[in-house]
Amino acid sequence: MAYRFPALTAEQKKELSEIAQRIVANGKGILAADESVGTMGNRLQRIKVENTEENRRQFREILFTVDNSVNQSIGGVILFHETLYQKDSQGKLFRNILKEKGIVVGIKLDQGSAPLAGTNKETTIQGLDGLSERCAQYKKDGVDFGKWRAVLRIADQCPSSLAIQENANALARYASICQQNGLVPIVEPEVLPDGDHDLEYCQYVSEKVLAAVYKALNDHHVYLEGTLLKPNMVTAGHACSKKYTPEQVAMATVTALHRTVPAAVPGICFLSGGMSEEDATLNLNAINRCPLPKPWKLSFSYGRALQASALAAWGGKTENKKATQEAFMKRALANCQAAQGKYVHTGSSGAAATQSLFTASYTY
Amino acid sequence: MPHSYPALSAEQKRELSDIALRIVSPGKGILAADESVGSMAKRLSQIGVENTEENRRLYRQVLFSADDRVKKCIGGVIFFHETFYQKDDNGVPFVQTIQDKGILVGIKVDKGVVPLAGTDGETTTQGLDGLLERCAQYKKDGADFAKWRCVLKISDRTPSALAILENANVLARYASICQQNGIVPIVEPEILPDGDHDLKRCQYVTEKVLAAVYKALSDHHVYLEGTLLKPNMVTPGHACPVKYSPEEIAMATVTALRRTVPPAVPGVTFLSGGQSEEEASLNLNAINRCPLPRPWALTFSYGRALQASALNAWRGQRDNAGAATEEFIKRAEMNGLAAQGRYEGSGDGGAAAQSLYVANHSY
Repeated sequence: MAYRFPALTAEQKKELSEIAQRIVANGKGILAADESVGTMGNRLQRIKVENTEENRRQFREILFTVDNSVNQSIGGVILFHETLYQKDSQGKLFRNILKEKGIVVGIKLDQGSAPLAGTNKETTIQGLDGLSERCAQYKKDGVDFGKWRAVLRIADQCPSSLAIQENANALARYASICQQNGLVPIVEPEVLPDGDHDLEYCQYVSEKVLAAVYKALNDHHVYLEGTLLKPNMVTAGHACSKKYTPEQVAMATVTALHRTVPAAVPGICFLSGGMSEEDATLNLNAINRCPLPKPWKLSFSYGRALQASALAAWGGKTENKKATQEAFMKRALANCQAAQGKYVHTGSSGAAATQSLFTASYTY
Repeated sequence: MPHSYPALSAEQKRELSDIALRIVSPGKGILAADESVGSMAKRLSQIGVENTEENRRLYRQVLFSADDRVKKCIGGVIFFHETFYQKDDNGVPFVQTIQDKGILVGIKVDKGVVPLAGTDGETTTQGLDGLLERCAQYKKDGADFAKWRCVLKISDRTPSALAILENANVLARYASICQQNGIVPIVEPEILPDGDHDLKRCQYVTEKVLAAVYKALSDHHVYLEGTLLKPNMVTPGHACPVKYSPEEIAMATVTALRRTVPPAVPGVTFLSGGQSEEEASLNLNAINRCPLPRPWALTFSYGRALQASALNAWRGQRDNAGAATEEFIKRAEMNGLAAQGRYEGSGDGGAAAQSLYVANHSY
């Protein structure tokens, strides 16, 4: 074994670990506002708004100019490249608006998927070419964290060992490069919810994927204290006929994490996948009330689950700005409470009702 | 990926996890009394005692006749095969005496190291053949946990990737087989303290080794909640000119574990390696006072560090048995306190040591 060549100095480590902790401090989570142009097209089409740069700018402006108190719930915002350089109607850069609210600015760094030949339609992710230079530039431009989404799916012969190994390796390379440039890497190995598999199977796959991810991060000398994880919650496939409660989702999720994610990782910010806003909040709340030991913060990095109501309220009309902002703030606050296990669903009889649904000695 | 074929039923998992938790309940650790015949030869020759089966029996009797004071600080005892089937002077099997104290019985199941060809003196560990049947028999005969020791060493070119991979794999096979028989595997990837490397080097190597071990355990479908880890503490090599405080050792050790050992593992029971009894207690205490969050129990699985004084007091004389047992009980109680960060040491008090933690030191 070659003698250790430190990847980072003590200074660099300190900076990275402080950024990571700030993002998830006190129940805060992340607004994933990094929809690519194509994805924004899907969102806007649903509310019958044209997918122009100006419309994308307007919607993001409404979100980012909410009252400063949003910084109690939102610790970081992930931006798409275009958005990083956009300004509000007074000419002020979005990233400066966010920074002034004390919110950490992040950037989506991956460049989409590429097929893995010889597999059942599995993919890896591109974006490593010139990544170091891109990171250095983003850091200069005010960004402090990055995000890279790897995708795995459950199906016949999937995820294959190649897909798991290749995506874990790409995530580790990306993470290593980010850290060299002072950016905290959010590591996102998403196992898609498509399919009719049950909760147990998703848990099994998630554990295998996460074990591979953390082995790769270790092999690539990534400083775990200066990273965040953005995994799927463990859920049944969308087409699974069996229904599960938030407590079952929580138990399976936390069990999988505590078998694979080292305590050095400061925070785990779940993706919402296809979940409704309310389900994403209820599940996060149940996760935080799960009786298993949880040495990392368990928070959110939601896109649709923070913006769906806001988008609907906006409908492309500037006069709907206030309603849009209220809708967004409501979800931000709800998720912040959920990240502390304090969310009270208006429909239920309160925390006590949900607590009893945990089957205390259930063995997963 | 093929559909999962569960390695264990919910019942089996529950049993394993209960055993593991009982061994490392707060304030308790393990007495490693599993010295092979060869290792006992070394210990006994140091006190001028002949290495006979009877002397080995008499010596273990000294340890196992400890009174109820050990109940609160010893959660498990690891036996060697010969001892596992021995009895005390009254014909009571040692295994029964230990069980009657509410202490769990463990068994060493590896069969020693063998060389890895093409490496710089590195080894793997044997013992997998027929292990399934051996474990079933040990379980019937009263064992609830087992131990298997792998050995790695630090030098210019070691541990090599092969040594790490091979030892991690063999540990995972052993662990998987144990669990099939209701036996909690203690996973021991010891990195020897031989050499002149510094603390950082040991930390780096320990992190690489432990990451490989946990990847192998995951690959082999081992149920982590039903295992224990027995690692080395992170220390400098014996010949390293730089001296480190217990707090520095603690910080390096806990950092390495936090980066590699999943929270699902219920307990980490350190080996004492070449440490003196007092050093081993002070270091364990510092580990338990370390300000970093620690989701697993951090306790001891000591051989020499629990027995050195007792051996010395005994010197092979029946008349010394009582005094020797007292020495053992004393060390057991001190380590029980250290496992809770409450050991005051024979020197200055805990408060003085606390301030030696370098709060923002990045490892």
